[in-house]
Amino acid sequence: MKSRRKITIMASTLLVLSLAASAFVLHCTDKLRPQATLDEVLFISSPTLVKRASLGYDGLMACIYWTRAVQYFGYRHHYYAASYNLLAPLLEITTHLDPHLIVAYEFGSSFLAPKPPHGAGEPERAVALMKYGIENNPDNWHLYYDLGFVYYMELHDYKDAEETFERGTKVPNAHPFLKIFAAQMAQHAGEYQTARMLWSATYQTTQEKQIKQNAIDHLRALRVDEDVDHLQDAVTRFGERTGRLPANIWELVSAEGLPGIPLDPDGHPYKMTPQGRIELRDPDAFPFATKGLPVGYKRKYGGMN
Amino acid sequence: MNRRIAYIASNTFREAVRDRVLYNLIAFALLLSGAAILVGQISIEIEKLVVINLGLTAVSLFGVVIAIFIGIGLVSKEIEKRTLYTVLSRPVRRWEFIVGKFLGLAGTLVVNTFFMAIGVFLALFYVSHKFVKADALILIALYFIILEFLIVCSLSLLFSSFSSPLLSAVFAFSLFVVGSFAEDLRNFAGMAHGISRWLATAAAYLVPNLSAFNVISSIAHEQPVAGQLILHNTLYALFYATMALSGAVLIFEHRDLK
Repeated sequence: MKSRRKITIMASTLLVLSLAASAFVLHCTDKLRPQATLDEVLFISSPTLVKRASLGYDGLMACIYWTRAVQYFGYRHHYYAASYNLLAPLLEITTHLDPHLIVAYEFGSSFLAPKPPHGAGEPERAVALMKYGIENNPDNWHLYYDLGFVYYMELHDYKDAEETFERGTKVPNAHPFLKIFAAQMAQHAGEYQTARMLWSATYQTTQEKQIKQNAIDHLRALRVDEDVDHLQDAVTRFGERTGRLPANIWELVSAEGLPGIPLDPDGHPYKMTPQGRIELRDPDAFPFATKGLPVGYKRKYGGMN
Repeated sequence: MNRRIAYIASNTFREAVRDRVLYNLIAFALLLSGAAILVGQISIEIEKLVVINLGLTAVSLFGVVIAIFIGIGLVSKEIEKRTLYTVLSRPVRRWEFIVGKFLGLAGTLVVNTFFMAIGVFLALFYVSHKFVKADALILIALYFIILEFLIVCSLSLLFSSFSSPLLSAVFAFSLFVVGSFAEDLRNFAGMAHGISRWLATAAAYLVPNLSAFNVISSIAHEQPVAGQLILHNTLYALFYATMALSGAVLIFEHRDLK
């Protein structure tokens, strides 16, 4: 009886110790190969094959692939990756497994189409994904909106954007702003105004926090682009009037009769270089701004390809 | 119901409980509660979808595994332990033994599914904080899963009536996999010509069509299930299970147990 107890104690101790030791060794191994556990490999890239292999439990598989897509994008986005090679296949597999998973299409249009580091830079695949979504969910007006959005924002294809928004208006319970967008596309109305309307609509209609934040970032960047455009025009006007550049931004402000130095959306005043360029004080705070960036400024990209 | 059948069925149920079959409920509870808490943090907008998909898939897979691994031993274990001779030496007919075993196993699975269903609804309440009318559709999915169990149980019992446990497990599991592809098999038959068309069509009708019972994904999206499908699936499961049980009875009746 005594020896049995001894063995029990020994075995229990050994169990705990070896478990702790194996965890420690694994932790050390992970440090040696930091990327190993996050290797981006898609062993099965065929949506059909994955669907077959799921033995009919495709709903659960879709949730797993969807989570993988979110994790993949989040991880690479966090490190400002220059490419998102697996995002499109992951979304295609997800939607093939569950064609009614609307959030995957919404996410796809928002993050598959924009250029890296904000997205995968694959607008054509985003369009294909959205078309597949519409095919399987023809009564969901959000999908028409998202597809029209990609056509307009990323492909600058006004004709297809107009047609898509127009088709969306015919869907029961479609949001009335689709009609306005269709008209805007037909007129090729002011870029800023249309873009602002589209991003505002995205912000108002999505439930998803990441997409909401993306819309806010774009709206902030649009305001910066528009402000910089106006101020740059003012500099040109000043030059035409006086034959020289303003000595500083204060001179420009008083010449234009402005109440003060215009502020960016964060409340920082814009600055003017001696060469008459209007620039942002903190360009990193506006990842989508295309204007007001210092000469030679490069966006943060991580080491990831 | 025949008293002898009821007695064998209740014994089979008790035996399954004694074999700690219901312990799978602990694994199920851990899986579901873990998923309900974790998925909200690592994914987007699919908390409810995951609970329904994972919950019902686990109910189905756990049940199928139980049906196969208990079903294959129902007859062979009794022969191995020689308890079958004691049973059959009493006024119990062989067919009663088979039907009793089937009902006992089916009862075990129904009880198991009942507890799992409670788990699914609790997890659903945890992520949604309320129930909506569409959640009642989950009951239809659970009903279909039970019908699927009846078919798998009857097939396991059929194989168990003439084969070793290992081979029975292989046969039953293979049929479960093939059954999941039954609609593809029928499509394939439609494309084939001549004798291969007949063979493929015969095979497609012979293997159980389990894909029709899987409505988990559409229910997760709150899509209603046609009443006709409920009726057809009920009739199909009853006919198919009766067919497999009749086969098991036929084989067992003629089996030399000496």
